[in-house]
Amino acid sequence: MDPSPQRALSPALSVDKLTVAFGEKVIQQDVSFTVAAGSIFAVMGGSGSGKSTLLQAMIGLLPPTAGTIRVGEEDYWAASDDRRAQIDRGFGVLFQSGAMWTAMTVTENVALPLRMLTALNGPAIKTLAGVKLSLVGLAGSGDLMPAALSGGMTKRAGLARALALDPAILFLDEPSSGLDPMTARRLDDLILDLREGFGVTIVLVSHDLPSLFDVCDDGVFLDGETHTVIAHGAPKSLRDECTHPTVRAFMHRERAPADADAPTARARRPS
Amino acid sequence: MTTGVDARLNGRGWNCAVDGATCKVSLTGDWVARTDGVDPQAASRILSSGAKALSFDSGGLGHWDSALIAFLVALRAAATDGGVRFEDAGLPAPARHLMGLMASTSTTEAATAGVSRAAPLVERLGLWTLARGAELNQGSALIGNLVLRGGLAVRGKAAMRGRDLVEAMYDAGIAALPIVAVVNVLVGGILAFIGATELRTLGAGIYVANLVALGMVREMAALMTAIIMAGRTGGAYAATIAAMQGGEEIDAVRVFGIPVFDYLVLPKILALTAMMPVLYLYGSAVGILGGLLVGAATLGVSPVSFFIQARGALSDSQLFFGLSKSFAFGALIAIFGCQFGLRAGRGAADVGKAATSAVVAAIVGVIALDALFDVCADILRI
Repeated sequence: MDPSPQRALSPALSVDKLTVAFGEKVIQQDVSFTVAAGSIFAVMGGSGSGKSTLLQAMIGLLPPTAGTIRVGEEDYWAASDDRRAQIDRGFGVLFQSGAMWTAMTVTENVALPLRMLTALNGPAIKTLAGVKLSLVGLAGSGDLMPAALSGGMTKRAGLARALALDPAILFLDEPSSGLDPMTARRLDDLILDLREGFGVTIVLVSHDLPSLFDVCDDGVFLDGETHTVIAHGAPKSLRDECTHPTVRAFMHRERAPADADAPTARARRPS
Repeated sequence: MTTGVDARLNGRGWNCAVDGATCKVSLTGDWVARTDGVDPQAASRILSSGAKALSFDSGGLGHWDSALIAFLVALRAAATDGGVRFEDAGLPAPARHLMGLMASTSTTEAATAGVSRAAPLVERLGLWTLARGAELNQGSALIGNLVLRGGLAVRGKAAMRGRDLVEAMYDAGIAALPIVAVVNVLVGGILAFIGATELRTLGAGIYVANLVALGMVREMAALMTAIIMAGRTGGAYAATIAAMQGGEEIDAVRVFGIPVFDYLVLPKILALTAMMPVLYLYGSAVGILGGLLVGAATLGVSPVSFFIQARGALSDSQLFFGLSKSFAFGALIAIFGCQFGLRAGRGAADVGKAATSAVVAAIVGVIALDALFDVCADILRI
């Protein structure tokens, strides 16, 4: 038996020679990678390296200036607006801040995509919203307003909303940022559980090393200096095998190569 | 029918065969939530077979998503409630994994748990009264603060930045001149039209100047300017402060020990209170000009005659009366704007609510205060 339809896609997503820019300012260029269906793929890099901008291009918020993004076999940005909207319904996105709709309860947040985009009746929508909230451990919190949620609960509520339409690809932007290590670990476990259960493909944008090592099968490392990909591979492999100085410094929490040579860097070392 | 099977049941995506005390549920085909939804009756139908145990065969199962999980969780909850054994060995391993993540509560409970019972009417009335009392208390505290800190500000001892005050005065004064001019010119013109219609028939067209001058200086310039400023500036004050609440900016001010009132509220209230009389004078002048334009166009009144007639109709006490009103209106609009902003929640919708409440309350308050002024003026024979 086939556990879920998502695993039928292979590859789930491929990016080819992509360039993203804000006006004249190139954020990333010549970015290429393939995300295998059912995998958890990491987009890594330091702050300001363009991870979130690349994510915006992948989820339809920022048109790339060059290159292609294929979802399954389909060129995402070459598709018509209507077709792209259909493809979007196969995406689930957890934003860095959670981005909950603050005027609605948690249940209403999860139910809204089902209300707007399906013909399901009220009880069915309520039941499915309840399933998503239970899956992320928020059973009983459906009636709360987003302002009443803690940071970890907000992330989980955002994840439940991202799962509302049973997406084929789940994009997670810095899911563990702002969370304590234990809460972050629980969220990592949940991400693994959801992949295991639904077989969903996950693209995870993060610079949180423990999360990257724990959950990701593959990934790319974006460099903010050269504005392109400087390493491919699973985070653990990059940590153990990559010889690129920037990647090594990142993976081992060392100073960036440029900083290491600067005399002021040593002066700032705590005594 | 297989030998030994007592009954068969089926539904969309499932069928079950009851054999003695065991009901074997066979899962078939695709289960896609967004197109198929969930069947709320499925669990009760399966359990109506009277079996004491449920087992599963998922050999015929196609693609599935949360629709299957919703079905299985509801069935598990109903089976648990009915004392029926739920044997999940025949389910797909990922489905068992997902079910393991979920609490034993039913999914409907999960969606609705935490919904509070509706309180009795008396309790709700009491809570409403307490909430209004708290608001009144906050409003009183704000006015008290205004009196105390405003006095210090005048002596230069409040923790208020002069630059903030100047910026707020520019925003509430000079930046508002165009809209105040447009509205008051039109109101002056409308007064002149109304007067011209009647006065022409009496052969007293020149008295349109009296009507416009008195109407604008005594009433309309202050009132219309206040209504404009309630929408324009009072609403902006509420929205700005409410957005700062949501972004924890006010918390950041507070934790530094900076008095929120002095830093954030005082410049706004002082600025609008100070600028409203200026806007009133400006509004009166352009309103009279609007009346002159209409008077000249419809009655042929000359500008000089119009101004002489208008000046004769006005007294210092009426000008003072209008100035007093505009001063009070400015303070009221600013206080309402800041008050509704400060008590706003932290969500995006709360910003809109705060702005709307501030504008509505300020307009109603301005009109009520205007009526009170008129009653006082009548008693004082102004």
